[in-house]
This record gives sequence, structure tokens and C-alpha cells, in this order.
Amino acid sequence: MANPKKMTEQQIAEVAELLENAELNAQDVVKVTDKYPDMSFSEALDVQWAIRARKEARGTRIVGMKMGLTSWAKMAQMGVDKPCYGFLADYFSVPQGGEIKMEELIHPKVEAEIAFMMDKELSGPGCHVGDVLAATDFIVPAVEIIDSRYENFKFDLPSVIADNSSSCRFVIGGRPLPVDSIDMRTTGVVMEKNGAVVELGAGAAVLGNPAASVAMLVNMLAERGEVLPAGSFVMTGGITAAVAVEAGDSIVVRYQHLGDVTMKFV
Amino acid sequence: MDKKLITACGDELYEAMVNRKTVAPLTDRYSDITIDDSYHISLRMLDRRVEAGAKIIGKKIGVTSKAVMNMLNVHQPDFGYLTDDMVYASGTEVPISEQLIQPRAEGEIAFILKRDLCGPGVTNADVIRATECVLPCFEIVDSRVHDWKIKIQDTVADNASCGLFVLGDSAVDPRKVDLTTCGMVVEKNGAILSTGAGAAALGSPVNCVAWLANTLGEFGISLKAGEVILSGSLVPLEPVVAGDFMRVDIGGIGSASVRFV
Repeated sequence: MANPKKMTEQQIAEVAELLENAELNAQDVVKVTDKYPDMSFSEALDVQWAIRARKEARGTRIVGMKMGLTSWAKMAQMGVDKPCYGFLADYFSVPQGGEIKMEELIHPKVEAEIAFMMDKELSGPGCHVGDVLAATDFIVPAVEIIDSRYENFKFDLPSVIADNSSSCRFVIGGRPLPVDSIDMRTTGVVMEKNGAVVELGAGAAVLGNPAASVAMLVNMLAERGEVLPAGSFVMTGGITAAVAVEAGDSIVVRYQHLGDVTMKFV
Repeated sequence: MDKKLITACGDELYEAMVNRKTVAPLTDRYSDITIDDSYHISLRMLDRRVEAGAKIIGKKIGVTSKAVMNMLNVHQPDFGYLTDDMVYASGTEVPISEQLIQPRAEGEIAFILKRDLCGPGVTNADVIRATECVLPCFEIVDSRVHDWKIKIQDTVADNASCGLFVLGDSAVDPRKVDLTTCGMVVEKNGAILSTGAGAAALGSPVNCVAWLANTLGEFGISLKAGEVILSGSLVPLEPVVAGDFMRVDIGGIGSASVRFV
């Protein structure tokens, strides 16, 4: 169907530049749908892929993908029926136990996730949990630090997709395990902030099974003719609610079977 | 409260349970009621059940989550007694219209003891040594108080709002599972309702059992070999009605299900 207010390539590029600069300068901006209220999901993804291209042109490597809005509660809250995705750039990776500089971020929050390292390329449509499990090298516990580039972390779905689904940092920790060694649905997660338990959950909070999140990602990528390459690292979405952090906070996430992920905000 | 009033309140709650008719909150009627009074009332209620033929088979620990502690404005758990007429096997039907008033389901880990535990001074290691096995469990809590309008004294007096409980069919040695991080998934009528993990109950279900052993130890009461101890909910309570089907899965332990009719 024709969209009379379709964004031009120039406008897509401008929005991409604005949002990438907001990320690089840690400076929040008004949400892009304030200026482009009719921005479609497809245009929002055009912006995200344009940001990705800007980074790649500068020599940044894209190491994987992330899924967002993967709990039914969050989808209902946003009035959508499917999650959103974003990319992970090489410099988003923070070592286990590492320090994350608040000055590089705007208003970060942390979420506990189960992440997948893919051994084989996956393509959709029709990708299912069985394909995902067969194509996975290992799973590993990981914590995502999300940071919306929008004022007060307030956005609608096109805005957050354009903003790379709030992707900004991630920490891989714990112990990698083969997918058939544990039941990801019932794998428990306990998040502690400065020694106190703040959030808990189990893997099923992510679309019933984190592997289902990878399958959904692959099928969403297929809508743009893209695949999930071998060697991709995939963050499947938050098992816990996102927890706001500030300088001085120490986060420890303890996983059943998979070990711990730790980091400090400075 | 004097002994006569404590007996009257215990009798009232016992009758409410048997006749499935709620009563007004005790805290509305007796503004100076203490938690200690409430435990004495719960003992009177228990005596009536034992007189009627019930056998004590264990204890339950309640108010173990931050959310419920905040709701009741307390900083410690409470406990109640489990009797033989309260236990159901996984997969069986629970007749709300015969057994319950305003039930809510919560997923828990049940401990079966193989040694006595006598506080004070019981450590987490003592609890694990004294535990034969842990099982997945639904506790079906119920209140004999109108619309669950409870303060801490009301729920303590009412046997910690215990209704009945459903034990799963797999039992695991507590040495083989991390009870702090084990995950819980609760489904209602086939849809995922909530997830949680062991740490939701006082940081670990083992902490809960140690707390109970140490608290009762002050009164010279021990937890007995063979008793079942419900260690506290790991997820929010969920109201249930006839027709609902609930299932709980606990990582490394197993599952339990219950159908309400």
C-alpha cells in the first residue's frame, strides 16, 4: 500500500545520524516520531540499518543481534504483538567483572538474559526452535545494558526500533553450555544490585523459551532478506525487568547451571 | 488478650474454616491484638482440628517475599501447621466448593525432613543435612477473613492463611540442586503466568527452613523427621476458581499440577 508521507532516503539518513550521534555523545534527544509521526516499522528498521552501516563504514564489526520486548507483559504494554531486534557492535562488549563508564551512557538499565552463540547460519521464514537448537554452538549467561537515546526512556515502537532497540553494552559471563545440557525454560536467574536481590525469573519469561526468541529473530530478519550468520552472538531478551543503575552500583546476576555475570558502574 | 478470648477467637476461625464462612478481621475488633496472641489463637484452631481427627504432618512458612512483607508491613515470616487432610497429590482435582473459600495458588519448594531440626543455632548446612528430599509444590492459600482483608495478626491467627497443598511427583536430594537459583515457571490454563527463582523466599528456601527451626526452637519445639515443610512462595499469589488448571515447573526439581473443580 502506498504511504503518502513516506520518508525519503535523505530523511532516513538524517534520523540515523541524529540517533547515532545521540548514542556516541551520550546525549538524549526527543523521540523521532515527534518529527515523523507516520514513521512505519519498515522505515524505523531502515534507520536502524543505516546506523549499522555508518558504524561498519568506520570499521566497527557487528558481532551479533539482540531481541527486545520479548515478554508478553512488555508487548502488551507497548501494544505490539511481536518483539523488536537490534544489532550488537564490537565495542558494546564489556568483559566479565568489567567497569562500565556512566559518562558514556545516558540512563542505563540492566537486564539478565540467556545468550546464544550460533554455529551455523540460519535463514527464515519458517525458522523454528528445532532449527535454532541444531544451529547453536553454545548458550551462555549475559547481561544487557540498555540505554534509550530518548528523553526519560519514553518511546513508541517505531522510535525504539530506529534507536537500535536501546542496545548499548553487554557482558558475557558464567559458563558456556551446550543447548541440550539444561532446560532453559526453568533455568532460574537472580539479579543482585549492591548485594540485595532486586529481580528474579526463569527462562520461560522470554517467549516461553529463549530459543523461540532466536527463531523469531531469524524470521524477522528474513522479512528484509537478511540471514543470521554463523558466529553471531544473540541476546534473546530480558528474563527480568530492566533495573536502573547509577555510578557506584555493582551488579551480580546468578544463573542456575550457567554461573554468574558481574559488572560495576563507575 | 486473655485466655478466654483467645479460645473464642480460635473457635471462631475453626468454625469459619469448617463451614466455609468468612469472619471479620480480628484486628478490626481487637485493636491491641499482638502477634503472640495470634499464634495462641492459631494453636487453639489447631487443637480443634486435632480433636476432630486431623493429624499434624508438617508446617508452612509464609510472608517470605519482600512484596508480601511490605504489604503486611512486617520484616519477618510467619508459620502455620499442615495436617493430613490438607495434602493432595499432583494432578488430582481440588474441589473448591467443598474445601476452600477464596483460594489463591502459589508455587513453592517443599522439604521432607529425615532428621529432627532443633533450634536455636540451626544453620543452612544443618537444614540440608536434615532434608531427605525437596519436591515441587503448590500451596493453595485461603483466608477465613472477609475478602483477604488481613493484617499480620489476622493471618497468623488463621493458620498463616493455609488452605491445602499439592505435592509434585518427583523428589530430589537437596545436595543436587542449587535452591537459590533454581527457576520456577507457573502456568495457568496453559499460559505462562509468572516466573521466579529460589532466592524470592528470604534469599533462599533453605534460609526459610532454618528461620522456622530457630524460631520454634525458642519455644522448645523442633521440626520432626518425616515432616513436610513448605518453604514459601517464589511467585506472586494467583486467585483461582473452579475450572482453572495450574502447573508449576522448577528447574532441577520437577513439576506439580492441580485442577480446581
